[in-house]
Amino acid sequence: MKDKILLAHGSGGKLAHELVERSFVKAFDNPLLAKLDDSAVFDFSGRLAFTTDSYVVSPIFFPGGDIGKLAVCGTVNDLAMSGAKPLYLSLSFIIEEGLPQSELSEIVVSVQKAAQEAGVEIVTGDTKVVHRGSADKLFVNTAGVGMISEGVDISGGNARPGDKVLLSGTIGDHGIAVLSQREGLSFSTQLESDCAPLWSLVAEMLSASPNIHCLRDPTRGGLATSLNELAKQSKVSIRIEEEKIPVREEVLAACEMLGFDPLYVANEGKLVAIVPDEDVDKILKAMRENRDGKDAVIIGEVRAEHPGRVVMKTCLGASRIVDMLAGDLLPRIC
Amino acid sequence: MKFISEFRRPELAEGLISQIHRESKTPVRFMEFCGGHTVTIFRYGIRQVLPPTIDMVSGPGCPICVTANVDLDKAIALSQISDVIVATFGDMLKVPGSRSSLQEVKADGADVHMVYSTMDALRIAEDNPAKSVVFLGIGFETTAPTIAASILQAGEKGIRNYYVLSLHKLCPPVLRAILDSGEVKLHGLICPGHVSTIIGSHPWEFIARDYGIPCVVSGFEPLDILQCVDMLVAQVENNESRVEIAYRRGVRPEGNQQALKLMERVFEPCSAEWRGIGEVPDSGLRLRKEYQHFDAELAFDIEPGPTYEPVGCICGDILRGVKTPADCQLFGKACTPEHPVGPCMVSSEGSCSAYYLYGGGF
Repeated sequence: MKDKILLAHGSGGKLAHELVERSFVKAFDNPLLAKLDDSAVFDFSGRLAFTTDSYVVSPIFFPGGDIGKLAVCGTVNDLAMSGAKPLYLSLSFIIEEGLPQSELSEIVVSVQKAAQEAGVEIVTGDTKVVHRGSADKLFVNTAGVGMISEGVDISGGNARPGDKVLLSGTIGDHGIAVLSQREGLSFSTQLESDCAPLWSLVAEMLSASPNIHCLRDPTRGGLATSLNELAKQSKVSIRIEEEKIPVREEVLAACEMLGFDPLYVANEGKLVAIVPDEDVDKILKAMRENRDGKDAVIIGEVRAEHPGRVVMKTCLGASRIVDMLAGDLLPRIC
Repeated sequence: MKFISEFRRPELAEGLISQIHRESKTPVRFMEFCGGHTVTIFRYGIRQVLPPTIDMVSGPGCPICVTANVDLDKAIALSQISDVIVATFGDMLKVPGSRSSLQEVKADGADVHMVYSTMDALRIAEDNPAKSVVFLGIGFETTAPTIAASILQAGEKGIRNYYVLSLHKLCPPVLRAILDSGEVKLHGLICPGHVSTIIGSHPWEFIARDYGIPCVVSGFEPLDILQCVDMLVAQVENNESRVEIAYRRGVRPEGNQQALKLMERVFEPCSAEWRGIGEVPDSGLRLRKEYQHFDAELAFDIEPGPTYEPVGCICGDILRGVKTPADCQLFGKACTPEHPVGPCMVSSEGSCSAYYLYGGGF
């Protein structure tokens, strides 16, 4: 049983300290965490962005990432979508007893790598261990703070008629990669999750033009849901063109098989940007020069009529409404 | 060859659309039988690009939608029996029965598993020998062969805790029932693609022969549907009625003989209750006598209680092609995908859901 996480690892006693010091403090090596005080204390001035998210993905390891990488990228990206440079993260694990220590270590390593890539530090955290069946292997919560530069004002409510809509790359990769590994469904695919921290992309977009109106990472609910949120918040309509939206052939095929629409499938390393028409070329150029935006495209534009609605021109030249995701994506029968 | 993007190419679509516009002279009404086709038609806005001479109406080809409330109630009642695991395709979870849905009873603690294939249900049975696993056998000729295969495999492996609630439906008999009712006048039929992959195109011949209605089997991509419509228009304009296949990459005239044999070995036709259409002779499948020990209906004492139909819901009329979702007072108000009243709003292949999600006629 030595290699498994036990209830005692979350008890606050010796085993818990051992786990924190040997695994976490060492991996996330930074002075704020190493103090092991009740709070991380740091100086700050300027505009602060603050966000949190919980991760319950199953399976916890998937092609292209794991729950640890996802937890860092998710929170880093939420900050980045406000135009904030991510600075510090908190990290909480809720572990189901019996989780192999080796799996936890692997996840800790991937948290550390992702944090390094994103340029953030894990400065505070917590570990709880729950009875078998009370969690599904491992749940992770992260919160993060970031700093917003002067002159940057990004919000879902800022889209204006005439603005252009940009998408940073292919959609649906994460959702389909995770689904391909799910128990009872496993199908073979070369596809990997697109899970990636997007701050470097956003930073380069902002240096091309600080006038970005909206940013959103289309995670659960997919591109369709993000566009609907933006249209509603800004009280505008968004018109997109089906042909312009990049989707990998593997994702299309899996979606056909399962009865999904790629517009509703989750992404973890993509963003949608709504930018003024006059700045679109330089922002697009900056995106394409970044690893995470090399396939960036203009997918549509913002209009005044039918506020709150997203309309898509289909490949046949017809128009249809693109609604939000209702409930869960459920595979179809035939 | 790419099997998806090749069938969505705008320049080919444009060619087909102008050809249809050129050729279509006679006002006609075509029915797409299959819910998968309904989704394609709405998702790509096909009705908008067809000439005004062509009226499209959706048929009853959504297996979830045509499942009668009494059968849904049976599935829910099974989930309430202790030590029973109900295994089902995901689409079924949200459908409201008379009082509840599988999704709701699952949240209350019933052991309901969503599976992606019949064989997963069989595996759950193997992994849980102390429990009984009931698989909800919903679907048309498309799913029945795989369920037959699972029963044969359970027999071979000696798995004794696996059962099937057979609610399967057969497509040709219900089409005959709809045509015989005379409620809806059709000039062409878009025959289901996946169903025809199994049964072939021969079983549709009675429609062309006895009712004089042109039939074309279609695939599910926008170019498939456009090609199918074009072929139907050509038959109408030439005064012909034949069965043709516009989905050669998936369908052979004789169908999939191996799948048909499996189905016939395990199941036999029986009368079945269709939502909105009623009882249709020989349109269902029940387990043959030698496989009856797998029949959930015989193995368990199911008490579904009285059946209620949702007040004001016109799913039945929509399934017969007599009305459209736009005719329903509940549509988009009391009945939405988040709060569905009728099954056609729940299933991803339901007409109401397609109208709602893709803004029918927008």
